[in-house]
Amino acid sequence: MASAPRVEVRVQAEDFDLGAEMAALTGGRADIGGVASFIGLCRDEGGTLAALELEHYPGMAESAIRAIAEQAAERFSLSAILAIHRYGKIAPGGQIVLVAAAAPHRHAAFQGAEFLMDYLKTEAPFWKKEHLADGSSGDWVSAKDADDSARDRWKAGS
Amino acid sequence: MKLIYFAWVRERIGKADEEIDLPEGVVTISDLIEHLKTRGEEYEAAFAFPEVIRAAIDHEHVEHSEKIGSAKEVALFPPMTGG
Repeated sequence: MASAPRVEVRVQAEDFDLGAEMAALTGGRADIGGVASFIGLCRDEGGTLAALELEHYPGMAESAIRAIAEQAAERFSLSAILAIHRYGKIAPGGQIVLVAAAAPHRHAAFQGAEFLMDYLKTEAPFWKKEHLADGSSGDWVSAKDADDSARDRWKAGS
Repeated sequence: MKLIYFAWVRERIGKADEEIDLPEGVVTISDLIEHLKTRGEEYEAAFAFPEVIRAAIDHEHVEHSEKIGSAKEVALFPPMTGG
């Protein structure tokens, strides 16, 4: 019987350090065979974007991500799972989100990280607003149908 | 009950949150959105396309058909774009 998965979720303005987070996630564990991580970065959209401003729902953002992370941990029998999502203004090249899934074998780790990202994109209460390089305030980023499709493929046949 | 708005819903209405007493006949999220649309052009602008609006009751995602009941906090917002 595997021990309960470690589930770590943080919503913060501060940046994060992948190496330190990996060490914390796997530290003291000898049963983890692999960790798959993904970091989402702010793109400059061909030089037109000065920054993204991320708004979030403080009362709900962490609990919504935690619910998804717990689902992923159970579905893929993960040893540990981590999600950090930043809010506030982030410049191109800056880190926005980190997810990492640890498991005895690679397949579950890759799937766990991808599942968490796909659900997080469409169900975690965050919204991105563009600030443009010419100094003007840009639009709110539109939700993409492709993101809904990416989430929904996890439902098929389950 | 507390109403809370995010992103362009918040911008169009011009405030982040407000307290309201639910009028009689407002039972579901859908009813609530229709009621809010009668409160002025800023609300009409925010809810011109109600089908795109997402809702949460006390921090849980819900459908528009969900009954508001004795909720403490209802949030209305655009589709999410995190990650």
